Amino acid sequence: MTGVAVAQKAGDDVLLRVENLSKSFMLSRSLGDVLRGRNPKVDAVSDISFTLRRGETIGIVGESGCGKTTLGRMLLKLIEPSAGSVRFDGVDLSDLDRPAELAFRRRAQLVFQNPFDALNPHFTIRRSLYEPLFNTQVPVADHDNLMGQALVRVQLDHMLHLLDSYPHQLSGGQLQRVVLARALVVQPDFIVADEPVSMLDVSVRAGILNVLREARDTMGLAAVFISHDLALVRYVCERTITMYLGSVVEDGPTRDVIARPLHPYTRALVQAVPVPDVDQSHDPLPIIGAMPDVRNPPPGCRFSDRCPLADNACRAERPPLRVVSPGRRVACFKVPDQ
Amino acid sequence: MLLSIKDLQIHYKTPMGPVKAVDGISFDVPEGKVVGVVGESGFGKTTAVRSILRVMPTVASFAGGEIIFDGKDILKLSDRQMNDLRWRDIAYIPQSAMNALDPVWRVGDQIVEVLTKRGGMPKAEARTRSEQLFAMVGLEANRLRDYPHQFSGGMRQRASIALALALNPRLVIADEPVTALDVIIQRQVLDTFAKLQREFGLSVILVTHDISVVAYVCDHVVVMYAGKVVEKGPARDVLTHPSHAYTIGLYNAFPELSADHDCELSPIEGGPPLLLNTPPGCRFRPRCPFALEICKTDPPEVKVGPDHFAQCHRAHEGASLRQLAADPAVWRRVVTA
Repeated sequence: MTGVAVAQKAGDDVLLRVENLSKSFMLSRSLGDVLRGRNPKVDAVSDISFTLRRGETIGIVGESGCGKTTLGRMLLKLIEPSAGSVRFDGVDLSDLDRPAELAFRRRAQLVFQNPFDALNPHFTIRRSLYEPLFNTQVPVADHDNLMGQALVRVQLDHMLHLLDSYPHQLSGGQLQRVVLARALVVQPDFIVADEPVSMLDVSVRAGILNVLREARDTMGLAAVFISHDLALVRYVCERTITMYLGSVVEDGPTRDVIARPLHPYTRALVQAVPVPDVDQSHDPLPIIGAMPDVRNPPPGCRFSDRCPLADNACRAERPPLRVVSPGRRVACFKVPDQ
Repeated sequence: MLLSIKDLQIHYKTPMGPVKAVDGISFDVPEGKVVGVVGESGFGKTTAVRSILRVMPTVASFAGGEIIFDGKDILKLSDRQMNDLRWRDIAYIPQSAMNALDPVWRVGDQIVEVLTKRGGMPKAEARTRSEQLFAMVGLEANRLRDYPHQFSGGMRQRASIALALALNPRLVIADEPVTALDVIIQRQVLDTFAKLQREFGLSVILVTHDISVVAYVCDHVVVMYAGKVVEKGPARDVLTHPSHAYTIGLYNAFPELSADHDCELSPIEGGPPLLLNTPPGCRFRPRCPFALEICKTDPPEVKVGPDHFAQCHRAHEGASLRQLAADPAVWRRVVTA
């Protein structure tokens, strides 16, 4: 497969097809492990399948340690999966040769979580923004034009003096706009935004979210937006996937998932979303304790030890992710078909 | 009143001249209440609350005002008297609890050390007390033997709350206690604060940039902007009737779960001002969609409700400003202007 073929192949509506994707990380072996021939490992992501249409935005929600970042990195071929496949425009990412990978990099970009260390402190902002254009071998004649468009997109076009500044001279909100511009400057079809606003003050978050929304609407950008806060996901994403300990527990249109969460874990997440309302409910969350050690997940349903509904059946067998109504999938024995 | 801060000023010494990080702030902390201090990063919240413990970087100095704790002016105490006050009467939970615990010590031993060395308690008693403290913050006693790296983020945060409570302080200062936490853990930590306040009458100063945290646990709120208090009052009044444009803006920028799907959020455009050689007048003026000519003069403190004050020339127009501010276009205009 050559770079040209990847760049031009346009078939059906599906941009990204994830099939049975898994990733396990090896842990260091103790002497006992070595003697017994054991290889302890952590299943960070296990058996995830979903598709992303062109121009669609999917939110991945879950607590820290649920594997959402690992998943995001696999979608961009920054981590190789242990099993399963990610197909981008019909091509398996693990089959890409060097030129094809370059073409892929131009079409798929990452927005980092922490703008304070995502930029090289020795580079001016201008240099940071030109870097992806050079790296993906965009013709030099197009650079200034693309750069201008990216700056307009992130609303930094009225602050051109910032281009010759260094990262430490910018505020957090400005830095995150630069990080976004750096991802958008090559005009990708797909971005993964990993907690893009969690390091920012609430008052400047809105600006970043608006830029993402606008890019979705005007560039037809497909995005995977990783967050632990459903309120942020709601603002940017049409579809939401809830992850718990490496697997998908719920998947559906964001509006439905928030209005009527089906999986008990999603219900707890919805209830935990902070609201600026003094009369909000202080009811305890329908969830017990904290996330268990990823190395020793409970048998059966991985959520069973925190679930208020769990019974013996849940602890014996792992519920499959099944379609309960058109467009909605849930992995829970307690949720009837809708 | 347990704590009263009156016209406090703290300056940072820089080669370009003094930076007025805290510029004449006043607020009170009543006994048994949770007071939220809200504002963006770099607005002097941390400087202000750390000064209550007189813990400051060497370049910072008090330039005026007083901090009255339990009838005594903290700024007039000797170093020794001040040291007696720290932890025993006023405890501090630093911004990043992840780094507040010593990684090479068991968590339990760190609590016991405080109880024996600063509290003068015999070791056996200190062990029982540390179990009690763990129970108070909702941690299991068998985790006392763990090292900090064996704890999750939320557990570490709760352990540092337990550590702060060790000597029964009357006031706890918590600096951004939930900022780096997931929503579920955030909720659990806030519930811990609410429970401690309810059951033990703890007084808390809670520093945050997130008004939802204020809405969830605080009785009173102090909104800071660029070294000044721009609005303060009971949390309910300030959140339901925000009267300073900055507070209104904070509210409108908040992504709500229940809001209409297509409604647009309004960020507060622009950035915080440099606090060096600040011109007179309202500090929020360059970012304020409602600024007038008169805003170039220092704004008065306007009483907009019982105990509810806003430092704004147009504070009495609160109701109509709130209505205008609901339109995102109003906030966008500020950049183009």
